[in-house]
Parts: sequence; structure tokens; C-alpha cells
Amino acid sequence: MASEILQQLESLKNEKTKIEHKISLLEAQLKDINLQNDAASSYLTNGLAPHMIHRYSRHLVLPSFGVQGQANLLKSSILVVGAGGLGAPALLYFAASGVGRLGIVDHDKVELNNMHRQIIHTEAYIGQPKVKSAAAACRSVNSSIEVVEHEEALRTSNALEILSKYDIIVDATDNAPTRYMISDCCVVLGKPLVSGAALGLEGQLTIYNHNGGPCYRCLFPTPPPRTACQSCADGGVLGVVPGIIGCLQALEAIKIAASVGEPLSGRMLLFDALAARIRVVKIRGRSLQCEACGENATFNQQYFREFDYEKFTQTPLCVPPTKLNLLPNESRISSNEYKEIVVNKEPHVLVDVRPAHHFKIVSLPNSLNIPLSTLESRLPEISSILKKDDEEEKGLVNGSSAKLYVVCRRGNDSQRAVQYLQKMGFTSAKDIVGGLESWAQNVDPNFPTY
Amino acid sequence: MQLTLEFGGGLELLCDSKKIHNVNVEQQNGEDKLTMKGLLSWVKTNLIKERPEMFMKGDTVRPGVLVLVNDCDWELSGQLSTLLEEKDVVVFISTLHGG
Repeated sequence: MASEILQQLESLKNEKTKIEHKISLLEAQLKDINLQNDAASSYLTNGLAPHMIHRYSRHLVLPSFGVQGQANLLKSSILVVGAGGLGAPALLYFAASGVGRLGIVDHDKVELNNMHRQIIHTEAYIGQPKVKSAAAACRSVNSSIEVVEHEEALRTSNALEILSKYDIIVDATDNAPTRYMISDCCVVLGKPLVSGAALGLEGQLTIYNHNGGPCYRCLFPTPPPRTACQSCADGGVLGVVPGIIGCLQALEAIKIAASVGEPLSGRMLLFDALAARIRVVKIRGRSLQCEACGENATFNQQYFREFDYEKFTQTPLCVPPTKLNLLPNESRISSNEYKEIVVNKEPHVLVDVRPAHHFKIVSLPNSLNIPLSTLESRLPEISSILKKDDEEEKGLVNGSSAKLYVVCRRGNDSQRAVQYLQKMGFTSAKDIVGGLESWAQNVDPNFPTY
Repeated sequence: MQLTLEFGGGLELLCDSKKIHNVNVEQQNGEDKLTMKGLLSWVKTNLIKERPEMFMKGDTVRPGVLVLVNDCDWELSGQLSTLLEEKDVVVFISTLHGG
């Protein structure tokens, strides 16, 4: 039954793709015809087609923006790297406001846990490439602009070619190596970079490599330690926070494209959502010693292509969750082995070392939450529970003692905890490989993951 | 000397998750006047409760931390040798990468 339905779905989806392709061809034809008709108009409209005058009328009547601002915008091209929390609102505003050519780079697929912040995507696109989803949304907002899909990860091998086709670059990515790579590429190509970042309840925004301002490396010549770079997946993020920063990125890029106002160059905007406070601070100018844009910098296209950003930042470009391997095999059990222990009612204690607010989301039955950061002070607690379990079991199994197992979200902190526990005398402590994610994947698909 | 110190971008987690600290700091290590260098060593001793390596590296802040003295990058005021004055506001903010 299910396979039949899947087959039908697959063939319907194929048909849908073909129809969509036909639609876009016809739309393009219609656009050309409209443009020709518009060109035939004899009124003086400063190069704006009649349909544009109506569409962008609120921009046109804005004295500080006006026909010139709109005409500049229509002639401009903007590339958004990352169709996630920052890119989502930025892309929608770029499309709506009439950026002539709008590029989108992303290699990811839409997931359910993106939806709370990546508001350009709809549920219908879950499992599909973010670029496709975002491009369709942009086209549905404004069919008169050109939307270019770059469905690939940005790398040193393709970055120069992609970025060189656009006037302004918007960094809406989520990791340190990509941020250095985009900044360096903008320096090499001489493009302004509108850079935004958000995590938790805070956001940051500035423009790099513009009007004699600094580049990313001027500000951060040495990459931060990897442990200082949290991701939204690990640290969490309130959906509207990247939304606000993404909107501000759109604003700054539109200002540059239209040549209006004071760009946020040489300054940085810091947004604190909890305190409801925005502060704009003055940052250093271009550094003469900067490796990328300084006086004696030798950073050119060739050097860029060969630069190893993963090594430089000690962080992979595409962020797969870290998989530590700290323990010997005999100190670890698989989630399936742990299931056997539960089924056989073997005496044991399961310690969940995730932070308390993670434990509240979902946990295994009978697990004891002792966050890794409090483990040291709660060792006596573990001892006394193990002792109590031993006493209860004594009549049944002679000499056997309750086993100690440790679990966490993905199986990294649990290894750290077991390492520490063994050092402190809990020699039988073992961790569950792959943590609760493995439990959900291999034992119980109904166990919710986050 | 009364100072307002602020921690952001996750650095507040190193000092009891408190972002704003109104503190009274005197000059350190025989300096005539309080400098950022002296303040950093005072902060490390008195405010940072865990993982000091996430705040400092050597005698300065770790890479990826911006220091602002009265809303201005400390690079523009002399970094470690910046002289502090009564009621100055010093912000330590870790750069974010998420999106």
C-alpha cells in the first residue's frame, strides 16, 4: 500500500515539476512581451515601465528614495548566501522591493525544525532544496525580477565565480569558516558585504569591505576557538531574532544598491532582544596589517582558491554535529544494547547529562538528570543510588552490582561524563553511543528528536 | 572607580548569566591609573566564574571577543593601554556566527 502511494506521489511530483517548468517558460515569454510593450510607451517615465510605476509607487513617492533610488535598485544585483533564518526575510524584501537580479546560494534542504524562523519556506517544501523553495517564494512575490538559483555549498572552488556576478553580497550563513571565506572573497573581488548573525536572543550586523571600512579579518584576524562558536541547533534561537537581523540586512543592502543614506560601515549594530535594546557602536577602520585587505596583503584569487578555511578555523564548512570518540569500546554500549538491558529489567542507573532545559523537552523513563556541569558536585548522589539499587537486588543476584549508564543528546557529553566518572572510581560507567538521537533512530522512531 | 561592565554574545554565561555588572574597581598591579589591562585582570579574578579560557588568552581577550569602551572599539582607544575613567561603560561581546 505504502509503496503504491509513494510511487503515485513520485510520479505526481514529476508531473508537477514539468508543469512548473512550462509555467516558468510561459511567464518568461510573457515578461518579454510586456517589456516590449512597455518600451513602446511614449510617456516620459525615466526608464520605468508602466507596471513598475504602479508596483513600486510607494517607493517612488518617497522623496529620499524616489525614481532614482528605484531605478538603481532595478539595475542592481544582490547575492544572498544562506536561505535560512537571516536569508528568509532578506530575500522576501529584496524580491518585493525590485532588486533586478537576486541570487540565492544554499545546499540544504527544508526541515520541519527550520520553519519557526525561516519564514520564506512553507510546509509543502519540507525535504526539498531551500534554494528551490526560496526562489519560488521570491518569484511568487515578484515575477518581474530575475531570481537565480545556486543550489550548492559555497566553496573556494566556486565562490569567486558565483560572487563575481553580483554587486552586493549578503552573508546570511551560520558558521565561522564560511564567514571568513565570504569576506575574503569579497575583498578579492572588491564587493561590499552585508553581514548579519543571530543566536539565542542576540543579533549582530555590519557592512564589511565598503567605503574604506574594515573587512571581517580586520575585526577578527584570528578565528575564535571552535568551542566559542555555538550553532542555532545547539544554542537555540528565538525565531524572530534572525528575522529582525535579516530585515536589517535587507535594509542596508537596499540602501547600498539604491545609493541612499548612510551605510552601517565602520559601525556595528548589536541587538539584545531580551532587554529590547539596540546599540550601534563604532568599530575600527580598515587595518593596514590585515592579511586580506591590508597594505601588504598578498591575498589574491589564486591564494583564495587554495586557502583552507576548515583548517584555519578548525571547523568544517558544512556543520555536521561533532562526533567525539573518547572512550574504548568496552566503555560504551549501543542504544539497542541498552534497550535489551531495559527489557531484561537488569538493575542499572541511567544518568542523563544534558542541561536541565533539554531534559525537560523529552527524556527516557527512569533517567536521572545530572547536567554535565554539575556532575562533580553530585557524585555522592550517584553513589547512594547505586548503593540503594545494590541492596534491593542483593537477594536476587549474588554479587552483581547495578550498572551505571550515561546518555546525552548525541553521545559526546556522555563520553566526557564517563571519562570523568571512571576517573572518580565509577569504573563500570558506560555511555550510550549516539545518545538519544541513536535511541530515536535505532530503537524507537516515536521518540521525539529536537 | 564606578564602572558598568556588560557581557554579551554568550560571554555572560561565564559570569553567572548576568549581563550587566555595576562594579567598583581600583587601579591594579601598581598602575597609576586604571587601564583596560588592569580591568581585564580584575574581571578575570572577580567576575569570571567558569572557563576563563573562553574569555582571556594570555593577557588579552580571546580571539572573537570585541571590546567596546563607551560604545567604541578599544582598537581606537589603545586596546590594553586604554585609560578608564569614572562611569565608563565597557562592553565585552563575543562575535556570533549563527543564522
